[in-house]
Amino acid sequence: MAKTDARSRLSRSRTRSAWLFLAPMLVTLFVVAAWPLGRTIWFSFTDASLDLMSQARWVGIRNYLEYVDFGDGEGRYYGLLADARWWRSVWNTILFATVSVSFETVFGLIIALALHKQFRGRAFVRAAVLIPWAIPTIVSAKMWAWMLHDQFGIINDMFMSLGLISQPIAWTASPDTAMIAVLMVDIWKTTPFMALLILAGLQMVPGDIYEAAKLDGVPAWRVFRRVTLPLIMPAVLVAVVFRALDALRVFDIVYVLTPNTDATRTMSVYARENLFDFDQFAYGSAASTLLFLVIALITITFIMATRMDLEGKRA
Amino acid sequence: MKPPLWQTVGFYALVGIIVLQAVFPFYYAILTSLEDGQALFEVNYLPKALNFANYQAMLSTGVFGKQILNSVFVATVVVILSLFLAVTAAFALSRIQFRGRGLLLLTVLSVSMFPQIAVLSGLFEVIRYFGLFNSLWSLVFSYMIFTLPFTVWVLTTFMRNLPVEIEEAAIMDGASSFTIIRRVFLPLMWPAMVTTGLLAFIHAWNEFLFALTFLSTDSQRTVPVAIALISGRSEFEIPWGNIMAASVIVTLPLVALVLVFQRKIVSGLTAGAVKG
Repeated sequence: MAKTDARSRLSRSRTRSAWLFLAPMLVTLFVVAAWPLGRTIWFSFTDASLDLMSQARWVGIRNYLEYVDFGDGEGRYYGLLADARWWRSVWNTILFATVSVSFETVFGLIIALALHKQFRGRAFVRAAVLIPWAIPTIVSAKMWAWMLHDQFGIINDMFMSLGLISQPIAWTASPDTAMIAVLMVDIWKTTPFMALLILAGLQMVPGDIYEAAKLDGVPAWRVFRRVTLPLIMPAVLVAVVFRALDALRVFDIVYVLTPNTDATRTMSVYARENLFDFDQFAYGSAASTLLFLVIALITITFIMATRMDLEGKRA
Repeated sequence: MKPPLWQTVGFYALVGIIVLQAVFPFYYAILTSLEDGQALFEVNYLPKALNFANYQAMLSTGVFGKQILNSVFVATVVVILSLFLAVTAAFALSRIQFRGRGLLLLTVLSVSMFPQIAVLSGLFEVIRYFGLFNSLWSLVFSYMIFTLPFTVWVLTTFMRNLPVEIEEAAIMDGASSFTIIRRVFLPLMWPAMVTTGLLAFIHAWNEFLFALTFLSTDSQRTVPVAIALISGRSEFEIPWGNIMAASVIVTLPLVALVLVFQRKIVSGLTAGAVKG
C-alpha cells in the first residue's frame, strides 16, 4: 500500500525532526539544571572547597552527620544534622513559608473577590494591584527598609500617631521583629500574584450559578461558602502550592532586609553563607541538597495528588 | 435591585485601601528620592521638594549607567534566546506525536521547581570551567534554568490549541518543519510570545542570587545587586536618597511595562497554573 507507506515515512521523518527541534532546549536544560544539581549532590559527599573543587574527595556522609570519639569515652556529633544553626534556619524557613502563604491566600482572596465585581475604574485598580509584583524584590526590600527605619521611618511615625506603639521600633535590627518585617515585605510583594491566580479561578465559574442563587434569595455569605469557595478551591490550591514552593527557597528579601541574624536566616541563606562566605563549600552543598529534597518531595506529592494533565487529553 | 448604600460605601472603601497599600511604598520611594539633605530625615507624607540631586549623584558616576546597560543586555539576550529555544521545542512537543512526550514535558516543567540554591555550587563549577565567571554571559546562560521551562510550557499549551488544518496544507505542499514553524506558526504565535517574553524579561531583570554569585566587579554587576550593595561608610551614613533614586530608575520601566501590557502579563501568569 503506497499510501500508508508514504504516511509512515512522513511520520518517521517528523519524529526525527521532533528530536532535532528538542535537542537545543534539552541540551541547555541539561547543562544549566540537571548536571549542576548532580554536581551539588556529589559535592555534598566530598571535602570540596571553593578553590579546590576538582580535587574533591569522597568523604561519605560526614557533612551531614559524623560522630567523633574523643577517645576518653566521650564524643560529639558533628555535621549539618547536628548543627543548631541549621535547624534554626529550617524552623525560620517553615515559619516564614506558613505565615506568609496563609496571609497571602486570605488577602489574595479578598482582592480577587473585589476585582471580580464590575465597577468603574476596575482596570485601574487591577493595574495598581500589580505594581508590588513588578517591583524587583531587592528594590522592595530597600524601599521597606527605609520605611521601617527606626529613626526616620514612616511606619514608626504612622503607628505612633495612631497610638499603636509608644516608642519607635527597630524593625529590621531587633531579633524580635526582624521576622515580622520580612513577612510584611513578602506578603505585600506577593499577594498580587495570589490574587491574580485566584481571580482567574473565579472567572471560570459560570455566571448562571450566581443568577440561580440570587433568584432563590440565598444570602451572599452562604453563596460564597457553599458555591464559590468549593468551585475555586482547585485554583486556590494550585496557587498555594506554587507560592509555598517559592517561599521555601526564599533568599533575596532575607539577605537584603535583615542580613546576618539568627532570627531570620533561612535554609537558602544558610547554604549560600557556607558556600561562598565561610568557605565550607561541601557543607553548603549538603544544605542545598537537603533543601532540594524537601522541595522535590512536596512537588512529587502534589503532582501525584492532582494527576496533572500533561498530554493535553482531558479525562 | 440596588444594594444598600452602606454596602457600596464599604466596597469602595475596601478598593481604596487595596489601591493605597499597593501604591504607597513606591510613591514614598519617589518622594524620598526627590528629597535631599535635611529634608530626607523628616517624615513627609506629601511631596515637599523637587530636587533631582540624588538622580544626578547616581547617574553622574558612570558605573550605575553601565550597570543599567548590563541589565538591559542580559534581560534582552535571555528573552531572545529562550524564545528561540522554546518555540522550536514547543513545536515538537505540541504538534508531533512521539513516545515519551508527556514524560518529557513533565521533566521540563519539574526544572522550574528547582530551588536556585540547589544548583548554585554545580553551576559555579560549570561557569568557571567555561571561563564565564564575572562575564555577563554567565547570567544569560544560567537564567535559562527559570525562563526555559516556563516559556516551553506556555508556548506548548498555546500551540496545542491551534487547529490542525493550518499546517496540513503546508505539509501537503511539502514544506519542511522549519518552514512550517516560520511561515505558519510564528505569525499566529506572537501574542503568546509577547506574554512569555515579557515575563522572562521581568524575571531576568529582577534576579539576584546568580547575579550576586557569578559577577565580582562593580562594572559587571546588574542593577539589583548594585542597589543591594550601595552602602555608606557606617550604618548611619547609608545614602537613602541615592538608593531610592536608583530604585525608582530601575523600577519605572517595569511599572510602565506592567501598565501597558497588563492583560498579557495576567494571562501569562495564570496560564501555567490554571491550565495545569
